[in-house]
Amino acid sequence: MNAPVTIDDKQKDSSQYPRERLVVIGNGMAGCRAVEEILSRDADRYAITIFGAEPRVNYDRIMLSPVLAGDKAFEDIIINDQNWYDDNDISLMSGDAVIAIKRDAKEVVSASGAVTPYDRLLIATGSDPFIIPVPGHKLPGVITFRDLDDVDKMLAAAEGGGNAVVIGGGLLGLEAAHGLSLRGMQVTVLHLMPTLMERQLDEAAGFLLKSELERRGQTIITQADTAEILGDSHVTGVKLKDGTEIKADLVVMAVGIKPSVQLAKTAELDVERGIVVDDHMVTSDPSILAVGECVQHRGACYGLVAPLWEMCRSLADFMTESPSGYNGSVTATKLKVSGIDLFSAGDFSGGDDTEDIVMRDASRGVYKRVVVKENRLIGAVLYGDTADGNWYFDLLKRQEDISDIREALIFGQAFASGGATLDPDSAVAALSLDAEICGCNGVTKGQVVACIDGGAGDLDSVRAGCKASASCGSCTNLVESLLSLSLGEDYGGARTETPMCKCTSFTHEDVRRNLLDKELKSIPQVMQELHWTTPDGCASCRPALNYYLLCAWPAEHEEDPQSRFVNERMHANIQKDGTYSVVPRMWGGVTTPNELRAIADAADKYEARLVKVTGGQRLDIFGIKKEDLPAIWADLNAAGMVSGHAYGKALRTVKTCVGSEWCRFGTQDSTGLGIKTEQMTWGSWMPHKFKIAVSGCPRNCAEASIKDLGIICVESGYEISVGGNGGIHLRGTDFLCKVETEEKALEYIAAFIQLYREEARYLDRTAPWVERVGMDYIKSRIVEDEPGRKELEQRFLFAQSVHQKDPWAERAAGAEDHLHKHIAEIRPFAALEPAE
Amino acid sequence: MTDAKWIDIGPVDQLPALGARTLPVQGGQEIAIFRTSTGAIHALANKCPHKAGPLSEGIVHDSSVTCPLHNWRISLLTGEALGEDKGCVPVIPIKIDAGRIYIDRSAALAGTAAEPA
Ligand code: SRM
Ligand SMILES: Cc1cc2nc3c(=O)[nH]c(=O)nc-3n(C[C@H](O)[C@H](O)[C@H](O)COP(=O)(O)OP(=O)(O)OC[C@H]3O[C@@H](n4cnc5c(N)ncnc54)[C@H](O)[C@@H]3O)c2cc1C
Ligand code: SF4
Ligand code: FES
Repeated sequence: MNAPVTIDDKQKDSSQYPRERLVVIGNGMAGCRAVEEILSRDADRYAITIFGAEPRVNYDRIMLSPVLAGDKAFEDIIINDQNWYDDNDISLMSGDAVIAIKRDAKEVVSASGAVTPYDRLLIATGSDPFIIPVPGHKLPGVITFRDLDDVDKMLAAAEGGGNAVVIGGGLLGLEAAHGLSLRGMQVTVLHLMPTLMERQLDEAAGFLLKSELERRGQTIITQADTAEILGDSHVTGVKLKDGTEIKADLVVMAVGIKPSVQLAKTAELDVERGIVVDDHMVTSDPSILAVGECVQHRGACYGLVAPLWEMCRSLADFMTESPSGYNGSVTATKLKVSGIDLFSAGDFSGGDDTEDIVMRDASRGVYKRVVVKENRLIGAVLYGDTADGNWYFDLLKRQEDISDIREALIFGQAFASGGATLDPDSAVAALSLDAEICGCNGVTKGQVVACIDGGAGDLDSVRAGCKASASCGSCTNLVESLLSLSLGEDYGGARTETPMCKCTSFTHEDVRRNLLDKELKSIPQVMQELHWTTPDGCASCRPALNYYLLCAWPAEHEEDPQSRFVNERMHANIQKDGTYSVVPRMWGGVTTPNELRAIADAADKYEARLVKVTGGQRLDIFGIKKEDLPAIWADLNAAGMVSGHAYGKALRTVKTCVGSEWCRFGTQDSTGLGIKTEQMTWGSWMPHKFKIAVSGCPRNCAEASIKDLGIICVESGYEISVGGNGGIHLRGTDFLCKVETEEKALEYIAAFIQLYREEARYLDRTAPWVERVGMDYIKSRIVEDEPGRKELEQRFLFAQSVHQKDPWAERAAGAEDHLHKHIAEIRPFAALEPAE
Repeated sequence: MTDAKWIDIGPVDQLPALGARTLPVQGGQEIAIFRTSTGAIHALANKCPHKAGPLSEGIVHDSSVTCPLHNWRISLLTGEALGEDKGCVPVIPIKIDAGRIYIDRSAALAGTAAEPA
């Protein structure tokens, strides 16, 4: 590493030529590496003095994490010990920070009062940890994670066990959390963003990381906004903006770093985010150079060591008269937490002309994503298996054309360099006969081939014959490859059932079955376990998954507002001009003077431009601005009205006619039954919208025969029919059965709705669903199977006990208020008003 | 740190992941600010090139937003309609510094009386 120069040689040299004086500010990773590089090129050129604020020799800062975790001691991470300074005739002024640079006199002043002249000055002051200035940030017990002193403080605190809160779920924060948790503390990580390490990871990998850390006993709270650090003489806890309080004996702030530029700024060098340098690391003053995290090169600041090494090489080339020039760096990240393999490099923010290749292997906990643009690799995220990280990084840095290995790229280097195996079929052909194809049922390639040879000609027969692909379905592609390999021309091709969307090969039914079998409860979990081929789904699968999850797990489901279409997210119907229409519920089409007055008042107050009677027997108030929605809802709530869900894949209206109470032909109280029905079913989410009507006699004034569920009252009871549609394709209902009492009618209605909720595909109205499964099937489940019907009814009522709540009331009370407010407002002629 | 070129419009965490918020400009256009799953922030004029739908209310996925009115997909990077559809909305330059969002002053004020010459 160091040039083989003896002290005697040097003294001889220096006596002949007076050496230039090089002063280095910062005894850290970049400062010392720069000196090493210079020495290796020309050991005699400079008389070197290094100032270090830390009272110790140069060590490997990266390795502070293993020191904290107990895997290494300080002695193990020293890069250059005192002998190195002595051997190379370097004066080390450790524990003495430089406090001023006098550019005119070309000298630096240090804290001890020493004044040291220079011919060339190198600034390598690194970064300062960023501290969020919340109340309490100065309390004892609040520390950062940057140098050995910080580690010592953490170790002292950890001796007593207790609770640690780490603010910041980036690389540094997670390494601190890991160390503290190994040292016996109960650790909570608070992260502002929804995804851990969001700058290096995408949502999917962030989800896997979070689950693994939680499995190890850490508490991870994302979207956690710290309001205050609590305590009088020492920290006792952390309070979040939402009011949550977390106990803490130690708080580690690891929310980021900022280049340490104060010295340079005071010396009036060119400073933006960092100290501005050119390609040779020269600042705006030709005799001053800068290197490391403190610099800004071509607009970029770096927080990892690899770029610093490149900078140091260019700097040394320049300082020894063979300038090469630094061009900026592409960086890669690994997390140093034992047992978690994670790698990320380059850009994976996506884009129009980029393409994602995703591979997930749920059984091994693996997620891989590479991003390709114009046949070049531009980004990679690997979780669970990082063996190919360096290979991808190399492809990325060299910008190699990957079109030849495109198909095999995601399988890694060994596979891709296999050469011939470019098409997935040949990869399957190359597998040995005892290779396992279906992990769920333990079926080998030999067994699948035998099954196909035995006559199975399509996927379903293979599933039935040897069980391969019959469970989770993730090996479906492999089985289809085997079918086409074995049958050649005779294979009829992939199955006719269409997958949910382009993000998956699973059908809607496959997905719903797996949600239940594998107890999947969140969207990222479904995407990982079911091998989604995109990182975050699309506008078509996300709303579907959100619905399937809420239907499968009514009590546990956590809403994902970003997976709802605008109307369901806003609880109102968007109009062509971006305003909204508001439709309060009018039970069974019946209203009162009070309700009408409240609607009239609201229409006036919020300047509605139209009030219209809808085709669903209620009133629609048009032209309401999104900012006014919570207020108009509050007013309507005050008059006893709730959301009409005119915007939702949900129960819409129950139309009724006047019935036996008034009509001379009426046979039953159709209005009353309609109201009871609406009160039982409102607020339930469905695969699509759902409409009901109750007519008092076969004259059918409520148009029950074109509804999803229609009831026609007759003298002897209630005729229930289903699957009607008055929309694009007119379809009359099919008769289901006749019941004698209102109670029975309600029971059948609940059971039918639940069957539809559990089995129809998202965005199927009842009409196409009924046509697909057939009335015989519906009757077998609802009419002929009494216990089954009662169970369906019970599941419906249970779901309603959770979901039947007025979303307007929640919003009026402040829920999701960001949806109704601008982030800020610009008034060109007045001051800007940022949101609080 | 609002200066001649950039206007500070508030902290990044006020944007929901995979969501958007609006920024009206008095006397000018409304701007939509988006956040993708990778945390990237983008700004577009809040007007779909098709029939002026409010893009801020669409579903964000990858680096595009699907318009809430008729499902055109608009690129957050270029403002252009993707796929078969043709059209483009202005992109407004944004930068992030220390967790805050800054918007390009002249692009934001485009069309207002305060628009810099
Ligand atoms: C307001 C209303 C028209 C009116 O002024 O009367 C209406 C308005 C809309 N209907 Fe409707 N439909 C309205 C009653 C109907 C009816 C009649 C009924 O419910 O008795 C039908 C036919 C019956 C049926 O659904 O089978 C009807 C069949 C449709 C369809 C076609 C559905 C189909 O399965 O083919 C659509 C399109 C869709 O849902 O994809 C639709 C979609 C729409 C949308 C949501 C269009 C849209 O996507 O923006 C309209 C939005 C209204 C808004 O902004 O408030 N609307 N729509 C009616 C509201 C009823 C209510 O109180 O909730
Ligand atoms: C816990 C931890 C884990 C990390 N893990 C990784 C990792 O896995 N991979 C990776 O690539 N990077 C990692 N990093 C980042 C890496 O350590 C930094 O990028 C690197 O240390 C920056 O080098 P530098 O010389 O610019 O700054 P530093 O190494 O910080 O050196 C700057 C030195 O200058 C001193 N100084 C500052 N001002 C003055 C002054 N006025 N007078 C005298 N001395 C002064 C400071 O005390 C400090 O010793 C990690 C960082 C930490 C803290
Ligand atoms: S019929 Fe067409 S235009 Fe009329 S409300 Fe329904 S969707 Fe809109
Ligand atoms: S207005 Fe955006 S798609 Fe029509």
